[in-house]
Amino acid sequence: MIGAQVRDRYLSDFKRVEATLPGRAVSWMQNTRRQAFEKFAASGFPTTRDEDWKYTSVAFLGEQEFVPSVAKVCEITQAQISTWAFAGSANHLLVFVDGYYAPGLSKIGAIEKQVLLTSTADLLVKQPELLAPLLQRNIDSAFAALNTAFMTDGMCLYLPAGSIVEDAIHVLYIATSPSKIYHHRNIIVAEDNTQATVIEHYVGINDAVYFNNAITSVDVGNNATIEHYKLQQEGVNAFHIANISAIQNRDSRFNSHSLAFGSRLARNDISTRFQDSGGECEMNGLYVVGGCQHIDHHTCIDHAKPRCTSREYYRGVLSGASRAVFNGKVIVQQDAQKTDAQQANHNLLLSKDAEIDTKPELQIYADDVKCAHGATIGQLDDDMMFYLRSRGISNDMAHGLLTYAFAHDIVDRIKFEPLRLRIEQILMAQLPQGEKIKELL
Amino acid sequence: MGSSSQQLDQIISKEYEHGFYTELEADAIPHGLSEDVVRLISKKKNEPDFMLQWRLKAYRHWLTMSEPKWAQVHHAPIDYQDMVYYSAPKSQKDGPKSLEEVDPELLATYTKLGIPLKEQEMLAGVAVDAVFDSVSVATTFKGKLAEQGIIFCSFSEAVQEHPELVKKYLGSVVPYTDNFFATLNSAVFSDGSFCYIPKGVRCPMELSTYFRINAKNTGQFERTLIVAEEGAYVSYLEGCTAPMRDENQLHAAVVELVALDNARIKYSTVQNWYPGDKDGKGGIYNFVTKRGDCRGKHSHISWTQVETGSAITWKYPSVLLRGDYSVGEFYSVALTNNYQQADTGTKMIHLGRNTKSTIISKGISAGHGQNAYRGLVKVQKGAENARNYTQCDSLLMGDRCGAHTFPYIEAKNPTAKIEHEATTSRIGEDQLFYCKQRGISAEDAVSMIVNGFCKEVFKELPMEFAVEAQKLLGVSLEGSVG
Repeated sequence: MIGAQVRDRYLSDFKRVEATLPGRAVSWMQNTRRQAFEKFAASGFPTTRDEDWKYTSVAFLGEQEFVPSVAKVCEITQAQISTWAFAGSANHLLVFVDGYYAPGLSKIGAIEKQVLLTSTADLLVKQPELLAPLLQRNIDSAFAALNTAFMTDGMCLYLPAGSIVEDAIHVLYIATSPSKIYHHRNIIVAEDNTQATVIEHYVGINDAVYFNNAITSVDVGNNATIEHYKLQQEGVNAFHIANISAIQNRDSRFNSHSLAFGSRLARNDISTRFQDSGGECEMNGLYVVGGCQHIDHHTCIDHAKPRCTSREYYRGVLSGASRAVFNGKVIVQQDAQKTDAQQANHNLLLSKDAEIDTKPELQIYADDVKCAHGATIGQLDDDMMFYLRSRGISNDMAHGLLTYAFAHDIVDRIKFEPLRLRIEQILMAQLPQGEKIKELL
Repeated sequence: MGSSSQQLDQIISKEYEHGFYTELEADAIPHGLSEDVVRLISKKKNEPDFMLQWRLKAYRHWLTMSEPKWAQVHHAPIDYQDMVYYSAPKSQKDGPKSLEEVDPELLATYTKLGIPLKEQEMLAGVAVDAVFDSVSVATTFKGKLAEQGIIFCSFSEAVQEHPELVKKYLGSVVPYTDNFFATLNSAVFSDGSFCYIPKGVRCPMELSTYFRINAKNTGQFERTLIVAEEGAYVSYLEGCTAPMRDENQLHAAVVELVALDNARIKYSTVQNWYPGDKDGKGGIYNFVTKRGDCRGKHSHISWTQVETGSAITWKYPSVLLRGDYSVGEFYSVALTNNYQQADTGTKMIHLGRNTKSTIISKGISAGHGQNAYRGLVKVQKGAENARNYTQCDSLLMGDRCGAHTFPYIEAKNPTAKIEHEATTSRIGEDQLFYCKQRGISAEDAVSMIVNGFCKEVFKELPMEFAVEAQKLLGVSLEGSVG
């Protein structure tokens, strides 16, 4: 539901900024935005009465007044960028500041010339017809509709058949100013026999209250491989809602990694649909939260066709008064025989005020399938603690060491080494006696 | 596989064995539901005023509610005004006191069902409180139980003779506001069983009751209340079969269990109501609210169920683990064949310290059957050292059936240890080949494999039921191989 007041506020925002948004000269885009806004106005934000939002309240959206970001606010320096960039390894860096592409800070290295790596807004000016089918789909949910209506910019990667981008593409989204709402729209189209690695990296530079609403759509062609990482390090007071949805064709591979550390409240909807046989998908996730953080992952793997394989591994470490939600849905459609789907969600509850709500969900309509899921909630093992303590390791350190080991199961699955090292660093920084643990390893 | 699957098809399409209809004069009231009907039911049963008031409160609350839509089941809308809310066999007025007084036709029906009351009395040592269309007609072994202070009688009798106990415990586990179907039941329930085990008494026999749905178009609204005082133990068996009928019938029962300090209640169900024919026509709608309350320290409630019947099953036997060190258990086998749908599972709410719960759920889907496990494990803040283990296994037979799992796990206490596991499989061709090669027919092999699959649950059933359950599976589930 949506209150009239909230709707009017968004409507007046929409009217005010509509003419400044990219694609204003393209008539279908204008229509799409308007339709999407209508849709949003009709449905409004979800409430905890909606099954999908049972454990995550977005009531803050009614209370907090966010205004659409229309331009960069703060200047970001090259020095700041270098603290986030992966030194020497990622040759492609795209930087978005406050929802807009910053070419001056970005650097696109040598790339096969038919490959298109640019900003969505740019492409809307130069080749809008390429984007027409991609921007008009996926506007069913309230946040997707809102994003479509207000979307400013994002990364756009188009891989024509047979092309390969060897180096990882690092996309940095920097939020600088309070009370803003950012709508990023990323598009990845990988045609047949292509390959690329993309790292979406969300950072906040201060403790401002802002709202980031991002969408990424991924089309994976026959025998194509997309390695997708999402590293979320938003500011401590930020709200982050992201939707990553993939469509997989025959024998394609899509691997998604969601590494969530920041924000006050974050919600990730990650989904893939096998629309032809033989596909493979791996979804990994790690959430390490404390304080009053709230992190929600909703994943959905739709086995619509036979002989596809999916693996899902999510782990969470919760301390303080944090709360995490995991909902992993696996659907095996009627004709999707020979499906092999495995899913596991493990959670470590480290403090008495933390809360975890997990729901691994299977819907199976075919019989010749192998499906399993598991979920656990627990603490550090007493025997293991004793083992370490009896060898003279302090309580704090044993604690940190075991937590590190627990999380490392997911870290190990990160194939892009510089990112793996970065995650290890982040983990160390969050653990008690992290420095000493580093020496031990 | 061709010939064997043909054979199997024959077995699957076997007609419902217990389909017959006893011609009895029923003491029914007109269709529809209104405050007058609620008053009439209460009056017919000669109830004290507190019962009437309670029913009316429930009815008024029910009017404000709408039917839940979240379950993974599909059915035509139910017309609550097109139902008869009370029906009792005519002969009930005289109140038969022993088996001899019972309508011989009724007794013959039970014989067909394989529960010869007289033989049971002597051989099995089971006291049967047989419920035939909403009114209890025969109760055995009452004297024996009374010696120990155990009260085991029909609900209406309890209302007359032990109003203070009914008043104290009725609605204390499932309040009349609980959910749509439980509220409806609270307003119009006709009868059921009441069982009270006094302090320190171990019930010397398995208590059992048979529910049957007989008169056409009558929703059966049963209410069962079992109270185990400190240190008491009782094992209660509930079994159901129903005659063949073409129209869907609604069954909305409520079962409440209360276990005080060190008490233990074991509740077992074999449910084999009419599932509808092979095209999904007819069958019972079984929307049941079952809940146990472990009120005392070290109390223990265990639910065991074998669900093979009903067109739609919507049932979540739950346990509130309120007392410290209390234990809740749920063992379930649910089978759906043809167009049956089942959405079943449990809720384990951990409130006390050091509470434990175990959930073992086995779902079997064949034909076009849809089988869903929906469970909630909730650990509240104060529930230190709560422990839960959940295992849900599904077996699929045939490529048009479905198996679904919706486990909700909510933990608010860091000392909680919760595990959930689910797997899905089917009967492998190699397993079948192995059996057939050794001279075991395909259907026997399937029956063996499925019984093996369900073994963990069957071993929790009392002896009498275990045999019946295996037989039931044998009839309704063989087939749909590979």
